[in-house]
Amino acid sequence: MAEFVMPILGSDMTEGKLVEWKKKPGDRVNKGEIIAEVDTEKATIEVEAFQTGVIERLITSPGDTVPVGTVMAIIREDGKPSAQPKVDVQREQPKKAALPAAPLIPPAPPVGESIRLRISPAAKQLAADLGVDPFTVQGTGPDGAITRQDIEAAGKRVVVPSPTEAAGAAIDRQGRLRQTIAAAMARSKREIPHYYLSTTIDMGRAMTWLTDQNLKRPVTDRLLYGVLLIKAVALALREVPELNGLWKEHGATQSPDIHIGVAIALRQGGLVAPAIHQTDKQTLGELMKSFQEVVKRARAGTLRSSEFSDPTITVTSLGEQGVETVFGVIYPPQVALVGFGKLVERPWVVDGQVAARPVITATLAADHRVTDGHRGAIFLSAVDRLLQEPDAL
Amino acid sequence: MNRSRPTSEIKRTVLSLLGEIAPEADLTTLRSDRSVRDQLDIDSMDFLNFIVALHKEFQVEVPESDYPQLVSIDGCVGYLARKLSQ
Repeated sequence: MAEFVMPILGSDMTEGKLVEWKKKPGDRVNKGEIIAEVDTEKATIEVEAFQTGVIERLITSPGDTVPVGTVMAIIREDGKPSAQPKVDVQREQPKKAALPAAPLIPPAPPVGESIRLRISPAAKQLAADLGVDPFTVQGTGPDGAITRQDIEAAGKRVVVPSPTEAAGAAIDRQGRLRQTIAAAMARSKREIPHYYLSTTIDMGRAMTWLTDQNLKRPVTDRLLYGVLLIKAVALALREVPELNGLWKEHGATQSPDIHIGVAIALRQGGLVAPAIHQTDKQTLGELMKSFQEVVKRARAGTLRSSEFSDPTITVTSLGEQGVETVFGVIYPPQVALVGFGKLVERPWVVDGQVAARPVITATLAADHRVTDGHRGAIFLSAVDRLLQEPDAL
Repeated sequence: MNRSRPTSEIKRTVLSLLGEIAPEADLTTLRSDRSVRDQLDIDSMDFLNFIVALHKEFQVEVPESDYPQLVSIDGCVGYLARKLSQ
């Protein structure tokens, strides 16, 4: 018998609200399969099962807010008899939300059918504001996606909440996200002795290679240069693995796997940095698809629990916002963050001649409790070297 | 093969696709002669998704070297009109 508990989906998460069960008692669930949808300060997250077995009992009800670690369901593992758990499972008293919960909780999905709405964050927010259940709305966008217009049309058929309530809910969510980021960043600056390194990397070869690649690829398979940067970081971490890990109570722990968290700005404000799993083992094509997928789901509010809990390092890029250098703040309990700035043309000496070359500034913010500048410098040099051989990425 | 469409229809479709890429954007305030990326908070991934959406909708190939022609709505509409009439 295994207990399915409210997972920690971020270092500062203390509680989460169950939005929906994706399984019902008697259903089979495989490890890694999505079992529930949980609302946290940062986003609505699809939570994966940690065990394979059959759902014995669902304890938490949709709408309940419970602390991290609370037993939410009982899973009967394969080969084990059905029985009541020996542990006396105390159901946590659901907490009252600060504001009336937005009527977003969908009805239970039909047996054996997994439902995932295609709905933009803006439409989802509008649905919450108007009190529309998106599961009752027929989407008219691409592939049946629910658009703002669909929600607006449906909204005319329901009782509209008072403007004060609607505005309050939106502000509440934004405020909670800001508080979460504030707590994590304050903890980082309070506890982590950062050191910073920077280097300028000639991207000439990488960009020429990329242009050539994209000429050969259909538009749906084109690569962005950001994917080359992420892959170079992942491979460089194999050479300096102490930057790839977590700081725990008793010190640093290197991770055997490289799961790079990619910082994604949310349009409504704030950011998330979900993991791209096994980053170093993916081809550039696979990595591009993974990157697109995680950005899409981050902005649609459908990230998975493992993507929140697994990052072993974060990569952030602010180049598109026009800045050349990023001085990053490490996301605890990680021990390093790599930043990239804007790709710019600069005079650069190549074979003794000055030429205009595209260059980018790469920075490392690292935890001095775990590494010294010497190792950090070796890491940034490795990133540079790897980007000079894009074929090998 | 000539697959011409009225420019008004092309523009309507382009705006609709853009609305799906940046659903929170207020397209009514968008200046059609100015850079879309400068006016809306869209990044290179969004722009690539927009190009893919144009490709799927209009069945046109858009090489990377043509991207500068698609920075504004007017540029997009003109580019697509030319491609569709070829």
